[in-house]
Amino acid sequence: MNWDLTSEQELIKKTIREFAKEEVAKGAIERDRSKKFPQEIFQKLAKLGMMGLPFPEKYGGGGSDTISFAIVVEELSKACASTGITYSAHISLGAAPINMFGTEEQKEKYLLPLCTGESLGAFGLTEPEAGSDAGGTQTTAIEEGDSFIINGNKCFITNASYAKFLALTAVTNRKEEKKEITAIIVPTDADGFTIIDNYEKMGLNASNTTELVLENVKVPQENVLGKRGEGFKQFLITLDGGRIGIGAMAVGIAQAAYEKSLNYAKKRKQFGKSLSKFQAIQFKLADMAMKLELARNMVYKAAWLKDQGRPFTKEAAMCKLYASEICMEVTSQAVQIHGGYGYMRDYEVERYMRDAKLLEIGEGTSEVQRMVIARQIGC
Amino acid sequence: MNIYVLLKRTFDTEERITISGGRINEDGAEFIINPYDEYAVEEAIQVRDEHGGEVTVVTVGGEDAEKQLRTALAMGADKAVLINIEDDLDVTDQYTTAKIIATYLGDKEPDLILAGNVAIDNGTGQVGPRVADLLGIPYITTITDLKIDGDKVTVVKDVEGDEETIETTLPLLVTAQQGLNEPRYPSLPGIMKAKKKPLDELELDDLDLDEDDVEAKTKTIEVFLPPAKSAGKVLEGELDDQVKELVSLLHNEAKVI
Ligand SMILES: Cc1cc2nc3c(=O)[nH]c(=O)nc-3n(C[C@H](O)[C@H](O)[C@H](O)COP(=O)(O)OP(=O)(O)OC[C@H]3O[C@@H](n4cnc5c(N)ncnc54)[C@H](O)[C@@H]3O)c2cc1C
Ligand SMILES: Cc1cc2nc3c(=O)[nH]c(=O)nc-3n(C[C@H](O)[C@H](O)[C@H](O)COP(=O)(O)OP(=O)(O)OC[C@H]3O[C@@H](n4cnc5c(N)ncnc54)[C@H](O)[C@@H]3O)c2cc1C
Repeated sequence: MNWDLTSEQELIKKTIREFAKEEVAKGAIERDRSKKFPQEIFQKLAKLGMMGLPFPEKYGGGGSDTISFAIVVEELSKACASTGITYSAHISLGAAPINMFGTEEQKEKYLLPLCTGESLGAFGLTEPEAGSDAGGTQTTAIEEGDSFIINGNKCFITNASYAKFLALTAVTNRKEEKKEITAIIVPTDADGFTIIDNYEKMGLNASNTTELVLENVKVPQENVLGKRGEGFKQFLITLDGGRIGIGAMAVGIAQAAYEKSLNYAKKRKQFGKSLSKFQAIQFKLADMAMKLELARNMVYKAAWLKDQGRPFTKEAAMCKLYASEICMEVTSQAVQIHGGYGYMRDYEVERYMRDAKLLEIGEGTSEVQRMVIARQIGC
Repeated sequence: MNIYVLLKRTFDTEERITISGGRINEDGAEFIINPYDEYAVEEAIQVRDEHGGEVTVVTVGGEDAEKQLRTALAMGADKAVLINIEDDLDVTDQYTTAKIIATYLGDKEPDLILAGNVAIDNGTGQVGPRVADLLGIPYITTITDLKIDGDKVTVVKDVEGDEETIETTLPLLVTAQQGLNEPRYPSLPGIMKAKKKPLDELELDDLDLDEDDVEAKTKTIEVFLPPAKSAGKVLEGELDDQVKELVSLLHNEAKVI
C-alpha cells in the first residue's frame, strides 16, 4: 500500500495548479457571464503538452496515466468547471475511444491532432429520445457502396463546435429486435452535418454544448471506429473512463467551494464572533472536508485500477456517483455559509452550485450509476 | 556554452509562516524554487536554445531540494547537482553557500553563471556576487535583459527602477531581476523526461572541503515575525483638516517625517 503520488504526478499537480491559478481562475466569473469558450486556455494547455496526456508518445501523447488525468481535471475544474469539462470530455470521450478501439491508421489520422490540440475531442452518443437508454439510438447509417449515409440527431454534445471530427453512434443494421450499433468517425465539415450551439444552460456556461443534425451525411466505411457492430460495447467502456473525469471534476469544484467557505467563515463576523466559531458552521466545514477526502480517494482508486489494467467499472461508477453527489451538497452548503453574499455571482459559490448539477446528470445520471453498481454487485 | 544556474529551495512567502524554537516551521510550509532563481533557470534555457551548450542547475541544501531540481530539469535544464550538506553542517550562511559553490565550480570552466537577485527567505543577495568574486570573474546584479554575441555580452541592469546598459565579456555571473523573462511552466513531456536526466549528489568530502573551511561567518541571534499589522486609521472631516491631521500624525505618531 502506498498513498504517495509519484514524482511525475506530484510535478504535474504542482504545474497544473499554478497554471490554473494564473491562467484559468482569473476569467472564470466573466466567462460564466459571457459564455465565451476558453480557447486561449486550450492553446496554452496544448503548448504544455496536456491535450494528449495519457496517450502513447507515438501518437503525440504525453505517455502519462489516468491518475495524472484526474489531477489535471481536478485542478482545472477547481478554477473553472467549464474548462474542466472541456478538457475531460476531450480526453476521455473524444480521444480515448480512438486510442482504445481505433485502427493504426485511425490513430495516426485522428489521435495525433487530438494530442497536439489541433482538434478538440468529442463523442456523440446522446439523442433526444436516447439519453440514459443510450442503446435506444435512432440515428441510422445505411450502407451505400463503400460508404455509409448517416441520418439523425444528437443532443447535448460537448466540444463539437471545436472538433474537426468526432465519433458518433448509429444503427448500421437491424436483425429483428436487435440493433447493430456502430461508432463512426465523422468529419464535422462533412456535407449535411450541422452543429448548433445555442443551448441556454444552468451552468458550465463557458463550455461548448451542441446539437448535431445529420442529413444524408456520407462517410467512407473505413471511418468505422474499430469494428462494425461494437459501438454499444465501446461506449460502455468509454463511459467507464469518462466517469473518472466527472468524479475528478466534482472533487475540484467541491475543493474550491470548501476553501472559499473555510476562508469566509474565518473572516466573517456575526454576533461578535467569526462564523467559524459557531459549531453549526464548524460541523458543515468538517463534513465538507471529510466528504472531499473520501471522494478524492475514490477517484484516485478508480484511476489507479484503470492504470493497473484491472477492472474498474464498479469503482468508476462509485467515484462518479459519490463525488458528484457530495459536490452538490458541498456547493449548496458553501452558498449557505456565505449567506446572502453566496447568492451573488462575485462570490463564485453560486456558480459552483450551478456547475455541480451537471455532474449528477452527464455520463450517466446518479440513477444510472446506481444501476451499474447494482449490476456489478450481482443484483 | 557551459551554463550554470544557482538555485535555492525556499519556503513560499505567500503562505503563512510560523516560528517555533527559533526556527521557521517547516511542517506544513510550501516549498518552491526561489522565484528569482526561476528567472535564472528560464534565461539559462533560452541562452542554451539560442547558442547551444548545456544548462546545469546547482543547489546547496538537503535531500528535499531534489524536488526543486527536478522541476528545473522539467523546465528544460540538462543536468542537476545537489550538494548535500544536511549531515555535515547545522549552521550556514551566505559565505558557506558561496564557498561551496565556488569550490564546486572551480574546475568546471563555466561561461555563464546565472543566479537569482535575492532569495526571498533571507533576502541578502550575496551568494551570486560572492561566487563570482571567489572565481575571479565579473558579475552584474539585477539584470532585466541579456544579449550574447560571441564573447561580447550586453546586459541591462535595473538600478532602482532605472536602467543601465553594460557591455562586458564571458565568463560572467549575472543575477536575475523580475522582468528578465516570463518563466515557463514545465511541459508534460518535460516532466516525463525530468526523471531520466542526471542528478548528481555530492557532499563536502567530494569537494575536498572540511566543515571548518565553510564555517559560517555570521550568527543568528534571534528569529521573529514582523509585528502584527494594527488596524488602519480612516480620517474624517473636511479635506483641509484631514491633510493637517495626516501631516501631524506622520510627524508625531509615525515619526517618519
Ligand atoms: C452539459 C451537458 C453535456 C453533455 N455532454 C455530452 C456529450 O459530450 N456526449 C453525449 O453523448 N452526451 C452528453 N450529454 C448528455 C448526457 O449524457 C445525458 O443528458 C444523460 O445521459 C441523461 O440523459 P437524458 O438527458 O436523456 O435524461 P433521461 O435519460 O431522460 O433521464 C431523466 C431522468 O430519468 C432517470 N431515469 C432514466 N432511466 C431510468 C431508469 N431506468 N431507472 C431510474 N431512473 C431512470 C434519470 O436518472 C433522470 O433522472 C451532456 C449533457 C449535458 C447536460
Ligand atoms: C436576493 C436577496 C434578497 C434580500 N432581500 C432583503 C430585504 O428585502 N431586506 C433585508 O433587510 N434583507 C434582505 N436580504 C438579506 C438577507 O436577509 C440576509 O442575506 C440573511 O439574513 C443572511 O444574512 P447575511 O447574508 O449577512 O449572512 P450571515 O448572517 O453572515 O450568515 C452567514 C452564515 O452564517 C450562519 N450564521 C450566522 N450566525 C450564526 C450563528 N449564531 N450560529 C450559527 N450560524 C450562524 C448563517 O446561518 C449563514 O449560514 C436579501 C438577501 C438576498 C440574497
